[in-house]
This record gives sequence, C-alpha cells and structure tokens, in this order.
Amino acid sequence: MNKYPVWKYVIIAIALVVSLVYASPNLFVEVPVVQVSGARASVKVEPALQSELEAAVKGAGIAIAGVEVAEGHATFRFADTDTQIKARDVIQSKVPAGYVVALNLQSATPKWLQALGAKPMYLGLDLRGGVHFLLQVDMKAAANKSVERYVSDVRSLLRDKKIYYSGLAREGDRVVVRFRESDQRVAAQKLIEKEMPDLALREQVAGEEAAIVATIKPEIVKKEQELALQQNIQTLRNRVNELGVAEPIIQQQGGDRIVVQLAGVQDPGRAKEILGRTATLEVRMVSEEHSAGPGQNAFAAYKDQPAPFGTDKYLDSEGNTVLVKKTLVITGDRIKDAQPGFDQRDGGPVVSMALDDSGGRIMRQTTRENLKKRMGMMLVERNSTVVLTWPVIQEEFGNRFQISGIGDVQEARNLALLLRAGALAAPMDIIEERTVGPSLGAENIAKGFKSVVYGFVAIAIFMIIYYSLFGVISVGALASNLLFLVALLSMLQATLTLPGIAAIALALGMAIDANVLINERIREELRAGMSPQMAIQVGYERAFDTIFDSNITTLIAGLALLAFGSGPVRGFAVVHCLGILTSIFSAVMVSRGIVNLIYGGRKKVAKVYIGNTEWHKKDATA
Amino acid sequence: MEFFKIRRTIPFMRHALVFNVISLITFVLAVGFLAVRGLHFSIEFTGGTVMEVTHDKPAQPDKIREALGAAGFKDINVLKFGSSQDVLIRLPLKANPDPKIQNEEMQKQSVAAMAVLRTVDASAKIVRTEFVGGQVGKELATDGALALLVVCLGIMVYLAFRFEWRFAVATIIANLHDVVIILGVFAAFQWEFSLPVLAAVLAILGYSVNESVVVFDRVRENFRKMRRASVDEIMDASITGTISRTIITHGSTQMMVLSILFFGGASLYFFALALTIGICFGIYSSVLVAAPLAKYLGASREDFVKPEKKAVEHALP
Repeated sequence: MNKYPVWKYVIIAIALVVSLVYASPNLFVEVPVVQVSGARASVKVEPALQSELEAAVKGAGIAIAGVEVAEGHATFRFADTDTQIKARDVIQSKVPAGYVVALNLQSATPKWLQALGAKPMYLGLDLRGGVHFLLQVDMKAAANKSVERYVSDVRSLLRDKKIYYSGLAREGDRVVVRFRESDQRVAAQKLIEKEMPDLALREQVAGEEAAIVATIKPEIVKKEQELALQQNIQTLRNRVNELGVAEPIIQQQGGDRIVVQLAGVQDPGRAKEILGRTATLEVRMVSEEHSAGPGQNAFAAYKDQPAPFGTDKYLDSEGNTVLVKKTLVITGDRIKDAQPGFDQRDGGPVVSMALDDSGGRIMRQTTRENLKKRMGMMLVERNSTVVLTWPVIQEEFGNRFQISGIGDVQEARNLALLLRAGALAAPMDIIEERTVGPSLGAENIAKGFKSVVYGFVAIAIFMIIYYSLFGVISVGALASNLLFLVALLSMLQATLTLPGIAAIALALGMAIDANVLINERIREELRAGMSPQMAIQVGYERAFDTIFDSNITTLIAGLALLAFGSGPVRGFAVVHCLGILTSIFSAVMVSRGIVNLIYGGRKKVAKVYIGNTEWHKKDATA
Repeated sequence: MEFFKIRRTIPFMRHALVFNVISLITFVLAVGFLAVRGLHFSIEFTGGTVMEVTHDKPAQPDKIREALGAAGFKDINVLKFGSSQDVLIRLPLKANPDPKIQNEEMQKQSVAAMAVLRTVDASAKIVRTEFVGGQVGKELATDGALALLVVCLGIMVYLAFRFEWRFAVATIIANLHDVVIILGVFAAFQWEFSLPVLAAVLAILGYSVNESVVVFDRVRENFRKMRRASVDEIMDASITGTISRTIITHGSTQMMVLSILFFGGASLYFFALALTIGICFGIYSSVLVAAPLAKYLGASREDFVKPEKKAVEHALP
C-alpha cells in the first residue's frame, strides 16, 4: 500500500531536475556589459570590428572581463558599472555609423546553462528601472492627411491628362470634383477609376453642375491605418536606436496604440524628448504673390499681420516670417530616403532626397510649373510648424533632388535624420507614462525577495511544529512548488513585476492550503481509528476533490485578471495562474511521493508522525 | 500539536440569525461608507500624474505644498512615502474636453512641478513617475468592473455545475459580501484603491470561495453519511469538521500576507492590507454566512443524495 509505480517517481525526479536547471540562472549575479549591435537586422558586428573595439578599450587602459560575439552583436563584459560607462564612451567614439552601443546587464550564467536555453526571470520595469510609454496614434489626423493626399493626386492626374474641372476640394472625408461639361466628367470618372482603384466614386448632379464624389474605400482606410501604425513603430524604433537601449520593446497594442518599454534607461527625460518628437514633413509652395521679393525678408511685412486668405504663416528656423499656400504638394510619407552629402558644384552641404513614384510625379509637375519660385519644406510638430528651408526651384526635378542652402554639415545630417526617421505617418500622444529609477528597481527586488523568504520561513516553522514529520514533508512540497514556479517563469520568460513577486508569496501562502487539507484529513481518519497506511491513502484521496475544486475557483479569478488586467496586474495574474498549477502538482504528486518513499510498502507502521492524534482517547479513558 | 480539540459538534446554525445580523450590519455600514465617502481611486483609474521624489535630507511635505501652492498648482497632494527622504506628489487631471490638449498640459505640469521642487530642495530627484491619461483611466475602471463580473459569473457557473445552484448563489453572495466589506473599509479610511488592490480583491474572491467549497463538500458527504440528521445538524457537523482546517490554512496564508505587509514596502502595503481584510472576513463569511444562506434558499438532502435517480428519470421518455 502507498506505493507509487516507478514512472511516477521518474516524473517527479525529472520535473525537479529540469526545474533546478532552469531556475538556477536566477542565482547568478548580473554583470555590467556594453553591447554593440547593428541598427538594422542586416548590419552585423564582424569579428574584425569586435577586435578593433577590444583593442581600443584596452588601449584606453580599461580592463575587459570578457568578450563575445553572438547573433551579430558583440558583448563586452566589465567588472563594475564605472568601467562599463568609461568603456561605453570609448566604444561609442570608435563605432562606425549604423551601429548601436547600449549599456546592459547580463546574467553571469555559465555557458552550458545558456546552451540549454536557461535564462534568469525576465524582470519588469518596476524591478529593473526604465521607462514605459503608451502612445495613442491619432488615426483621425492620419485619415485627414490621406484625404489631402488624394486631393492632390487627383489634381495632378486630371491636369496630366488635360481634363478640365471647375472645382476640386475636400469636403470632410470626401474629395469632390466639379465639372461644367458632362463629357469631361465621364472621362474623369473613367480615368480615376482606372488609375486610383482605392477610391469609391459616386456621381452627383445638382442643377447645371455635375460632380464626382470620391471616398476612400473602407478596406483601404483600414489598410492605411495599419500601415500608418507600422510606419510609426518603425520610426520609433529608429529613434530608440539613437538612445542606445539594449532590449527595447516597441509593440502594437490594440488597433491604434503603441507600447514602448525601455528597460534600464539612465535618463528618462531624454527618452521622452526623443520619442515624443512627433514630427512630420510637409512640402508646400511659398506664396509668391504676397512676397516683397527674393531674400529672407520677403514676408517681413506680414510679421504682425494675419495670414492672407489661402495661405498659412510660419517662421523659418532663423525666425523669418514665411507665407506658404494651404495646398499640400507632398507629405513626408512620400520620402523614401534622405542622406546628407555635398553639392557637386559648390561643395556646400546638401540633403539628397529620394521620393516614391507618386511623390516623384507630383514633384516633377509642381516644379515644372513653378520654376524660379520658392518651395517650403516644413517640419510639423504637434503645436509648432517650422519651415526648415524654402529654396528657389532652379530646375524641374522628379523623385530625386537635393535640398541646398543648409548651414553646415551637422545641420545637414540632422535634417536628413529628421526627414528619414522623423516622419511619422500620424501624430501620436503619450497617454500613459511610467518611469522607474534603477535604484528603486533594486529596492523593489530586495523587498519582494524579503517578503517571500520571511513568509516562507514563518510557514515552514509553523508547519513543522504543528504536523511534525508531515509538516516537514509539506514544507518540502512547498519548496518544490517555489522551485517549479521560478523555473516556469524563467522558461516562459514571463515578465516578473513587483505585484508578480507578491503573487509568488501569495501562491505559496495559498498552496499550503492543500497540504493542510491533506494532513487534517489524515489526522481525522487516524482519529476515526483507521490503520496508518489506510489513513494516508484515504486522506490523500478524499482531500484531492477539495483541492481540485478550490484551485479551480482561484484559477477562474486568475484567468479573469489575466484577460482584463493590464500593466502591473497582468504580471500578478500570470504568476497567480502559474502558481495554482504548480501547487496542485507539488501538493498532490510531490508530497505524496515523499510520503510513499517513507511509509510505502512497509508491512507494519506503528505510528504516523503527524502530531498528536491521541488526545481524544485520553479524554475517553479519563 | 493541535490547536482545536473540538469534542462535540458546535451548534453554529442555532446562532445563524445572530451571524446574519452581524453580517448585515457590517454590510450596510460598508455600503454606507462607499456611498458617502466613495473610494479614493488611484490615478490609474482617474488619470493624473504621480511623482515619487527623493531628497538627500528628510523631505518637508509642508514646504513643498506651500511652494507648489504659491506657484499656482491646485488640488495637489503631497505625502511622505516610504522613508523620510521620499515624498509622493499627485497632480490631478486637468479638466479639458480635448484629451490631446489635456495630455500635453499634464506633461508640462509635471515638468513645472519638478522645477518648483528643486527650489525647495536642490537635491530633489525623481525616483518614479507615472502618468495616466483620462481615457486610459476610464478603460482601466471598466476593465476592472468587467473582471469582477466575469469572476463572479465564472465561479457561480462552476459551483452550480459542481454542486447545485443554491450553493452557488449562497457562496457568491457570501463572498461578494466580503468584497463589499473590503471596499467599505477602503472607503471608510480613504485608503488608496489602486490596480494591485483590485487584483488582491479578485484573488481573495477566488480564494475564499475555497472555504465555502470545502464546507459544502463536507455537507454533501454528510448528507450521504448521516441519513437521519436534519439539515441544521448536517451543516453544524460539516462546519465543525472543517473549522480547524479553515483557520489553519487562512492563518498560514495570512503569515505570508503579513510578510508582504511588513517587508514588501510602500507600494505593496495596501495590496497586503486588502488581502488581510479579505482573509479575516473570508473565514467568517464563507463558513458562517454561506451555510445559513444555502439553508434559507432551501438546500436539502434530495439535492445531493439522488442525483443518479434523477438522471434515470430524464432518460426515460
């Protein structure tokens, strides 16, 4: 009686060994490292670069504890954070463009463990320090912009094919083209249908005038919104690369939100500034009819005047007033590339631009019609618009052109970066922000660890006193539960937060419930006069139903929390649910396994060490 | 060693009315506090900014409050937090119909507040900030309410399936009564109701249902064993048989919670407090409220003893 078949012991043993292996990386301290990786996935750190950087760091008199190149990035380990930061500065100055240098912490897990895929638990921001942003993408603004773009696309298309219209305007989310002659309307409709399949067309006849009302097809709107979101994510990724963050998380959340999590960022303020730059580029023609002539002071007269009808008034980067037409030529999402360079004629700094085909066509037409006029390139941020540059169009150009008249090389580089990476498809707002300093993170870990340890010790002492040998067995089961839980969390790389640590503590506190249930049941059966072996058998069997029921209800609560919780609560819910699963296994399988090892198969068991169960007999005889 | 040497069945059911009156009074009190004072929601639900600021010297909340007031900040809440060097500053959400402008203003406000703090004590340093926009707060509040609803429904469905509906209803009422009391205490003392506290409340709901399950499990068993006993006697026997285990398990869970309460730091304090209230009332309600409720709802031997026969009857036509 009370014997487990061998395979059950084998399962328990395997579970314990695997858990030990995967939980062990958490024991190793984290060492400061500097990571060098390519800004894009295609850029890899070659051994030559790694040895060059290594030589440079050594040359600066900084001791390196270890170097590794894996998966295209190089990792330099250091003894402490001081040397880490010094080495970072050295490496930063040596690294060619296109690489990102980041400070990070890396577990000193031995190689053979790493080879098994064993990693320490993934710590959340509240334990590591870092910043978390939730950004809301303004889809309405994105939709408005895309309607604007269609207006200008339709205009250039009709002009190209010499179709005459009497009016072309945007009305809400519709593009309305009016015609005096119906044959022009028919021709236009055919042309637009063919060239722009994304538009749904409708005729509208009111009196003399006929019009085409074009709306963007809903599925296209949806696709464009997805694209806008993707582009914004890409833009954010480019910007984060500037910051040098080791493992940035930039993810879509829901239909119109983006989560950015940067662990271990030293300066949250700077992160916010760089991420928060919600710049988009717009190209519009300068309103020459109001200009007083060439030069910077062309619009000085309008400095304190309101902008005339059909124009907008902005300042350029030097503070000069500029009037531009309201009509958009192109927006930043037409830009394919922007690179700083030098003018081949006079050697001055320029930015070489490349536009997509549609943008190139519009540009060609606009420049052909506006030679010797000025064109404004504007950086549009949330509440401020700056005219970056407003050069004179010297010649007709298409999808490749240069912006000249830039102050110096540095400025050209900044401008190229802004044009390339600074263009968001749609403006974004920070709607949730959390920053945690690194010292607070370490403090939180210490506090969480203390709660678990002291709680565990208190329960262990109580259980052993109260249930003697069975108490020891229960504590063993509880320890294995903690081991399983930590191993599972490490394997799944689920984010551990401070509420998550609280959930570990709570899971242990609740898990002991099952053992108490079993032990009480065995006592009861012994009291009822059952033989020890029988009592153990029946105690475990009867208790199982109850354990199962009670864990199911707790699991329901945990799953609901997982489904509806966000942020810190999610971290709690994950651990809570996993804790319930491990506790069923450890309370039922592991504790039974130990009991069976001790008592199983013995012919005669005189006494079960589960505390005094004889008191009622004494009462009876007394 | 054994704490509870219970020799005879304790007549819990005879005093059922007393327990119910006690429950009703606490429940009404809790509802009263909730209605009059309301919960003190954290910024996670209301939207707003929280800044945890540390100083080299002990912080002076009064001076900070004064300086912020002089700088034109309204409804600012400055508290000591954790150690004496740390303060927690809450900036309420600025009323503005346009969420975009509102978000921007909040961003500016926190920068401005920090500048003021530096004038009070130059060593002021931000340890942690949290900003939640108005729309996110509303979502969190609805999600929280939804989670509570789903937990209640899920548990009821499970219990109705596992036992029968009377027990399900009795259990969920008994445990919701716990939840209301926890909320009532939080309202009475105006403790901050944050997301972790919500998590604690839901965890407690799932956990204390255990106790009712254990008691009802025993009730079912006893209905089968004690053929001649009345419903009251069976309930008494079942509660008496499980009370020792109930107290011991809750006691051990409470040890863990106390450990969180004492060592977990300021951010887990209210979480642990909610758990403590929940565990204490959980013992009481799931044992002494759920059983009488099930009886009032008309739970009887027939519900348990002849399920097989019923199944046969169904199969006949």
